[in-house]
Amino acid sequence: MGSHSDIISTVEFNYSGDLLATGDKGGRVVIFQREQENKSRPHSRGEYNVYSTFQSHEPEFDYLKSLEIEEKINKIRWLPQQNAAHFLLSTNDKTIKLWKISERDKRAEGYNLKDEDGRLRDPFRITALRVPILKPMDLMVEASPRRIFANAHTYHINSISVNSDHETYLSADDLRINLWHLEITDRSFNIVDIKPVNMEELTEVITAAEFHPHQCNVFVYSSSKGTIRLCDMRSSALCDRHAKFFEEPEDPSSRSFFSEIISSISDVKFSHSGRYMMTRDYLSVKVWDLNMESRPVETHQVHEYLRSKLCSLYENDCIFDKFECCWSGSDSAIMTGSYNNFFRMFDRTTRRDVTLEASRENSKPRASLKPRKVCTGGKRKKDEISVDSLDFNKKILHTAWHPAENIIAVAATNNLYIFQDKVN
Amino acid sequence: MFARGLKRKSAEDGEDVEGGLAGTQATPSYSLQRQSLLDMSLVKLQLCHMLVEPNLCRSVLIANTVRQIQEEMTQDGTWRVVAPQAAGRAPLDRLVSTEILCRSVREQEGERPAPDVGDGRMPGLVPGLSAVPSAQALRSPQSSLWEVDSSRENRGGFQKSLDQIFETLESKTPGSVEELFSDVDSSYYDLDAVLTGMVGSTQSGHGSGLQAFTSAATPPPGSSCRSDLGELDHAVEILVET
Repeated sequence: MGSHSDIISTVEFNYSGDLLATGDKGGRVVIFQREQENKSRPHSRGEYNVYSTFQSHEPEFDYLKSLEIEEKINKIRWLPQQNAAHFLLSTNDKTIKLWKISERDKRAEGYNLKDEDGRLRDPFRITALRVPILKPMDLMVEASPRRIFANAHTYHINSISVNSDHETYLSADDLRINLWHLEITDRSFNIVDIKPVNMEELTEVITAAEFHPHQCNVFVYSSSKGTIRLCDMRSSALCDRHAKFFEEPEDPSSRSFFSEIISSISDVKFSHSGRYMMTRDYLSVKVWDLNMESRPVETHQVHEYLRSKLCSLYENDCIFDKFECCWSGSDSAIMTGSYNNFFRMFDRTTRRDVTLEASRENSKPRASLKPRKVCTGGKRKKDEISVDSLDFNKKILHTAWHPAENIIAVAATNNLYIFQDKVN
Repeated sequence: MFARGLKRKSAEDGEDVEGGLAGTQATPSYSLQRQSLLDMSLVKLQLCHMLVEPNLCRSVLIANTVRQIQEEMTQDGTWRVVAPQAAGRAPLDRLVSTEILCRSVREQEGERPAPDVGDGRMPGLVPGLSAVPSAQALRSPQSSLWEVDSSRENRGGFQKSLDQIFETLESKTPGSVEELFSDVDSSYYDLDAVLTGMVGSTQSGHGSGLQAFTSAATPPPGSSCRSDLGELDHAVEILVET
């Protein structure tokens, strides 16, 4: 079940964690809502059920270049909730849209000029004035596009990030980063531009960007060369000069032709505290202290056993897979995906890590997940899986962690898995 | 494929008997692996999904990998120019591989006409580099995508293909063919200089580039891809000899 267009391409909890949004390759957004506690159905507490589904982006054709613009949703970011409605930004390669999701549970009846089915009443038949009354109806969740931010990106958008001022947001493509005001769609400010005058001199692209969670003038962007630049918008309008430059010196003993490719950062995320940031490259996750640019304070190996397979992974293009990473609500743990539907969680306090699998065959509802282990050589123990048996088509690129509780969402191709800590 | 990732030999390690010292050639197996990686990378650069824009990040990373290999091969001395020799007829698969270049160039340009040799910024042709995929790559499933189209001119070599890929991603105003070609990137002089042995020379088009390579009758400018077979062979010989 599920077709190519059902492949989930982004997963994001909202600020309260009650809503979970997914975007897919077909341009659809599906929002799940957490069920409220219900005494008559104790097991349903904490379950996420479909709340709203809508088509966010459609495929487009760029006539100038004779190329299709994919409808795939690259990123979804929620806005902080300010009233009863929910707002989110969703983007494909070229266009960002602001969606309003609102509930309707009342219906007006007794219009003067219209019949109940909407047809206009014959004016001559209107003999009395009546006031429409609101009657309850089944809950309807409507999504409507409120803003469309288009035509600002020549290259493919890889990131969007809402600012802590709640008024602006940034969008980043391979070579440029733009700043938008949420109310204004016909104008954006270019704040980073790394496009060389001659494209033949291009050797580095922007891979991800994010605003600082508390300092509304600060953002970071990562590159394909494994570097992170922190910029302060107060210093100049065009933030081509970084305020801080984070790069770990290369280990000369492990240098190979693939060194640069595997150093390319696929995701960058600030911790909730704003003191740290995390980067994901092909084989590892690194935690950086914003006050130390020379090297990360933590490095966690995700699947080091792939280092000897880099040539094959280059051949089948897996080496270009872009894995995301996320922090737990308290920043005490981090999570990222791997292959074979495995995902990894690292506890920063206990220094323990675990490999888990998101698959129907290996987990029953409400049963605990069994830790998995990859055997790297020699004798394979029972329950271990050897590196050569890993399914590289089953990749977990997108994961999300509830902002407050230990609930995680894991996207495995077409399927979304939601796991939570058992409450004993 | 390979059991291990390719490792570069440390140039400082004087005790590395396997080679890697400046001036000496790398071991045959390492060279083969490196060559295979180069071939694979070039094929990857050529094969783009034509309906959707290619992934710029991926293209940049592959291009950087190719440059790294070139640099090392230059240092090793395995990257050298061979004097022009009589051309042998290349097998059909070599022809097919030049079509990759034609195809990629054609696709990048859309329906615009191919440039003539008046395009003064074009360097001497070095299609051989990009048209030396390993036999393994040729047998890959992608080969079924390649179409033979001999009516299009092969404009350029490896670097030109790279440039084309990047250029495609630029916004161009429609119909301004002049603008398009005035914007064509100038040659990657280091690479071309090494391969054509004509450092600092300005080429007026692939006509002169061909002359540099072949002693056989030079095909007229604006000719089809078949005309590059001669220099392909030479380039193949350059790269296969280690």
